[in-house]
Amino acid sequence: MDTSVLVRMYAQMQLVRRAEERVIEQYHWQNREFAEKRNPPHTIKCPTHLSIGQEASAVGLCSALDVQDVLVSSHRCHAHYIAKGGSLNAMMAELFGRTTGCAHGKGGSMHLVDTSVGMMGSSAIVGGAIPLALGMALPFKMRGEAHVSVACFGDAAVEQGVFHESMHYAALRKLPVIFFCENNGYATLSPFAARQHVPIYARAASYGMAGIRVDGNNVVEVCEVVREAASTARAGDGPTLIECETYRWIGHVGPDRDAGTGPRTKEELESWIERCPITRLRKQLELRVSKEVLVQADADVERKLDDAVAFAKASPSPTAEDLFHGV
Amino acid sequence: MASDPVTRNLSMSRAIAEATVQAMEDDPTIFVMGVGVDDANGIFGTTKSAHDMFGDARVFDTPLSEPSLTGMGVGAAFMGMRPIMVHARTDFLLITMDQIVNHAAKWSYMSGGALRVPFVIRSIVGRGWGQAAQHSQSFQSLFAHIPGLQVVMPATAGDAKGLLISSLRGDMPVIFIEHRWLHGIEGPVPEARYAIPIGSARVERSGSDVTIVAISHMVVEARKAAELLATQGISAEVIDLRSIRPWDRDLVLSSVAKTGRLLVADTSWISFGVSAEIVASVVEEVFGKLKTSPRRIGLPPSPTPCAPELERAFYPDAQSIVASVLSMFAAKADLAADAPDGGEKPFAGHF
Ligand SMILES: Cc1ncc(C[n+]2csc(CCOP(=O)(O)OP(=O)(O)O)c2C)c(N)n1
Ligand SMILES: [Mg+2]
Repeated sequence: MDTSVLVRMYAQMQLVRRAEERVIEQYHWQNREFAEKRNPPHTIKCPTHLSIGQEASAVGLCSALDVQDVLVSSHRCHAHYIAKGGSLNAMMAELFGRTTGCAHGKGGSMHLVDTSVGMMGSSAIVGGAIPLALGMALPFKMRGEAHVSVACFGDAAVEQGVFHESMHYAALRKLPVIFFCENNGYATLSPFAARQHVPIYARAASYGMAGIRVDGNNVVEVCEVVREAASTARAGDGPTLIECETYRWIGHVGPDRDAGTGPRTKEELESWIERCPITRLRKQLELRVSKEVLVQADADVERKLDDAVAFAKASPSPTAEDLFHGV
Repeated sequence: MASDPVTRNLSMSRAIAEATVQAMEDDPTIFVMGVGVDDANGIFGTTKSAHDMFGDARVFDTPLSEPSLTGMGVGAAFMGMRPIMVHARTDFLLITMDQIVNHAAKWSYMSGGALRVPFVIRSIVGRGWGQAAQHSQSFQSLFAHIPGLQVVMPATAGDAKGLLISSLRGDMPVIFIEHRWLHGIEGPVPEARYAIPIGSARVERSGSDVTIVAISHMVVEARKAAELLATQGISAEVIDLRSIRPWDRDLVLSSVAKTGRLLVADTSWISFGVSAEIVASVVEEVFGKLKTSPRRIGLPPSPTPCAPELERAFYPDAQSIVASVLSMFAAKADLAADAPDGGEKPFAGHF
């Protein structure tokens, strides 16, 4: 893959990682203020499901998509939003509940949306957004437009009937859909093996659809697999199910790590930290570009995030009159 | 219940946990299923002790296949079991609606009474911390619309225990709706087993000038409102409805006949809601006793917003109740300003 593409992917993954770490900082600051009974002005006051550790899946996916391609996501949607090109300022402002947020403070962390880049929103009902991807694909097919519609979801969404009905119908109609599953091994605290006993990618066969498993921590592999699925879809040859094997480093919801407290062990987390998707790519890039290129990329990320946090903080909060706007 | 020799103060979540364990000890046909019932959090501590005691055989985690598993609960009930299915949010019940409404609620009738469906479906209403549109809904009126279902919403720890035991001894599907902000509130709970009949309301505080019928968390707000009203010389009778279907018509009607004024405070949207049913019944039955038109307090017609300022505008509280009650009397204006605020805590992981 072209070095400049790799550098861009590195920067995007770093942007996701650091954005999530900024969220954690805000939470921790706020909790300290609360603990000291200072009753702080709120910063982030909504449940956040962070994607630290899973950056390569989202970035690999979106690196293979065009801006006209559309995507819907789940409760864990920050990475998809950022990778699809959603406005960082509007994301941070949404988390802060400000009027300048991508949903004007109505949606919060679980409902990020930026239609200008094809990020069509996120559902916090597990599996709930999957059929919406079919609905977005249908007019592409009816109008003969070579675009792709993506449903991003976690491993647990595969347990919902709506997943199976959607797989069935998308395959039957050869809709230009990519079913993009990030299998991070858990649904909250429940391990994969307690809930499913068939590999996710293998389910595609029974619907007459291609199913592929990929290392979800290898951004290049994810990108290549998605490119192929997208070209199949654009050619009118139907949907693909992609299963990315990955891991989240943080607890299901909120800012803290949970390894060592429940079924998720410290050893398991450490083995996945060793497979950090960003460190991996960075090591490869260090052999191909000068150190300054990466230093510059990191600095750009920090600047963008400084701007986003400052933008969110400076933005006005909604007032009671805004409640009914958009109903 | 007050006469029980051993009564402790327990939180509502501990009261529910205790009721579950005691009922399971008494009745081997009871089992518990749901997403996360066996994990360390155990649905906010409500299923953990049952899992510790009875293990995976009778308390088991499920995949995220709620619609089919609801149907499985119905079938298990045919065979003499008494399932409890637990959902961390009431919002998730919507995907199970077909199994609840077309199957659980109908099977007894469609089988001419040959089969009954004793099936308790517990779910929790979320509020605050920006949980927003899909993690905060309070759907009692949707379920209360359906013949063949019972719907209960306890507001105190003691009632939660008694109503859960009652639900588990009955022979109908029961939608058991808890409020997340009530889970942590302590109240007296007898250690013994006891059942509170479904369909009976409770007089939380007696009074003579106005009847406030409150549901679930709004009972907390109504209690505060009644205290404030008392300082203004208004004596409010607060009725904790606690059962939504069937609801205690006799108690509410006789209270309104006595006070001549009615306010209903619900945790859900006003339009087409439980408050509409109660007000309509009061107008039909005791119209002549009303001194003024009934009032309703509930959610305004928007989905739940995320931003804290919008949440504040969205949720009614004691102040809203006081203001509405005052509007029934000659203006006693500034009382509404001093009511204290609700009970949100800093975020600590699970919400
Ligand atoms: C229908 C439904 N049931 C339960 C939940 C509660 N819940 C939210 S996220 C989640 C786990 C989802 O796991 P997965 O799909 O693997 O996504 P991940 O969180 O791992 O990214 C659960 C159980 C929900 N939001 N919707
Ligand atoms: Mg998962």
